[in-house]
Amino acid sequence: MDLTSLTVAKARKSLDAKEYSAFDLTNAYLENIAAKDGEIHAYLEVWADSAREEAKKADEMIAAGKSQPLTGIPIAMKDNILIKGRIASAASKILENYCASYDATVTEKLRAQGAVFLGRTNMDEFAHGSSTENSAYGPTKNPRDTSRVPGGSSGGSAAAVAGGLALAALGSDTGGSIRQPAAHCGIVGLKPTYGAVSRFGLIAMGSSLDQIGPLTKTVEDAHIFFDAIQGHDAHDSTSLPDAPHETKKPKILGVPRAFLASGMDPDVLQLFDATLEKLKTAGYEIRDVEMPTLPYGLAVYYVIMPAEVSTNLARFDGIRYGLSVPAETIGDVYTKTRGQGFGPEARRRILLGTFVLSSGYADAYYRKARAVRARIRDEFAKTFASVDAVVLPTTPAPAFKLGEKTADPLAMYAEDIFSVPVNLAGVPAISVPSGTVVREGKELPVGFQIIAPHGDEGTLFTIGAAVENSRG
Amino acid sequence: MTHKVDIVALAKLARLDVSAEEMTRLEKEIPDILGFVETIQKVATTDIANDTAPRNVMREDANPHESGKYTEDLLAAAPAQKNNQVVVKQVLSRTK
Repeated sequence: MDLTSLTVAKARKSLDAKEYSAFDLTNAYLENIAAKDGEIHAYLEVWADSAREEAKKADEMIAAGKSQPLTGIPIAMKDNILIKGRIASAASKILENYCASYDATVTEKLRAQGAVFLGRTNMDEFAHGSSTENSAYGPTKNPRDTSRVPGGSSGGSAAAVAGGLALAALGSDTGGSIRQPAAHCGIVGLKPTYGAVSRFGLIAMGSSLDQIGPLTKTVEDAHIFFDAIQGHDAHDSTSLPDAPHETKKPKILGVPRAFLASGMDPDVLQLFDATLEKLKTAGYEIRDVEMPTLPYGLAVYYVIMPAEVSTNLARFDGIRYGLSVPAETIGDVYTKTRGQGFGPEARRRILLGTFVLSSGYADAYYRKARAVRARIRDEFAKTFASVDAVVLPTTPAPAFKLGEKTADPLAMYAEDIFSVPVNLAGVPAISVPSGTVVREGKELPVGFQIIAPHGDEGTLFTIGAAVENSRG
Repeated sequence: MTHKVDIVALAKLARLDVSAEEMTRLEKEIPDILGFVETIQKVATTDIANDTAPRNVMREDANPHESGKYTEDLLAAAPAQKNNQVVVKQVLSRTK
């Protein structure tokens, strides 16, 4: 069994043909984890015993001819997605011993298919970050070059898939947290349309931005996973109604050329242009588009996101769950619990959010950001009237060194310049590996990002497959 | 726009204990970040209809689940509990 090239689609065929059992497949991954995860640190916890039990059940489903697309597929879950009875810490000290009281909807859906849960993966605390260095439990390393970050916040999930420690993984994407680590680790990451996948049981970060999505080796696998987890859910009031969506064959790709002007590594831009050339050869028309508000996306995001973070993290106060630091008065229980439980980046974002929502500043910051967000959303809608998809690099540069940006929050935030406009508009996007650039003698992967109109994941899968084919 | 931010007051509002050392760092970082986000002021937004902005979506306040169905599971997560209730410190006090 060669785990490095194994995909969900290939494993499905082999499992159904009884070439190997789900039990054997799960054991192969558990062995890989035991051998390699000491160095990578993709996992915060591995559930070997329950994974083997789930694999045996999956084998029974397969034997009974009841196999589904993910039956017996060993996967990893980001540490902010709830599995009843399992710890879900969001890589925070404040939830270090928090045992989930219920299953997330995505967990239920995966379990119903007979997927095997290998463990929970490392992340930036509460998904706040772009390198997984903000985890309270130490950073994850990039399997492509262990002196570099895997990206974040779903860095553990990306490293697990890229390092052969899980066949696929779930992550969450608030401003790029699936696509950016996927790009840095050389795998595929899908951020579905806002509302396409239920957020019930996802520990909330920015509720108007968050989406759960898959990290996989191929576009086909991302498609399989998306089909398994999407759909309306009465438990998530922002989940979209189920409606058939017909995808026409995409032909025209829009490039917001002016947006690419600053801050990109020249060879990453060259690789992006080379991918465009190959797509042209494959029959796509490439057209420059004007989207003048996109460069403001990052600033808008750093108003709206902390505002929502400060609101969502208000629930962690030492009363209903998680850490509780004893104190004389209830007020001191709150402040001490939060002071000790949250890490530096979470604290920074809580304070920023408190500021932009405070009386006297909310108009200039929060409401203004909301209006510019509406403009960005409109800009996407207008652009999609003339093109089938918008394409951008996923990140301006390949994976950076561990520790390189930890002292400079603004430099870290700039990692997400090309990914946040997507969350602000609520549209779906995918990052697909498009080649490598060399840094210090190592080949580092680069991601090509495809953005489609609301509900049009089908377009992403079609163009994504074309990018894969162009890579040869 | 002023970049003088009273971090001590913000921390109090957010109910967050912040050490003196971290306070010194935040007093530089928060205004730096606010300086960056202020670029949004350059975008004209007078022509944007407010109804395109995200809004809260609530479920209908009806059809509750069976009473007590999740009580045990949810209480189990609380740091302190007694008689099917979450224990909290006294909220109102007579003195002071």
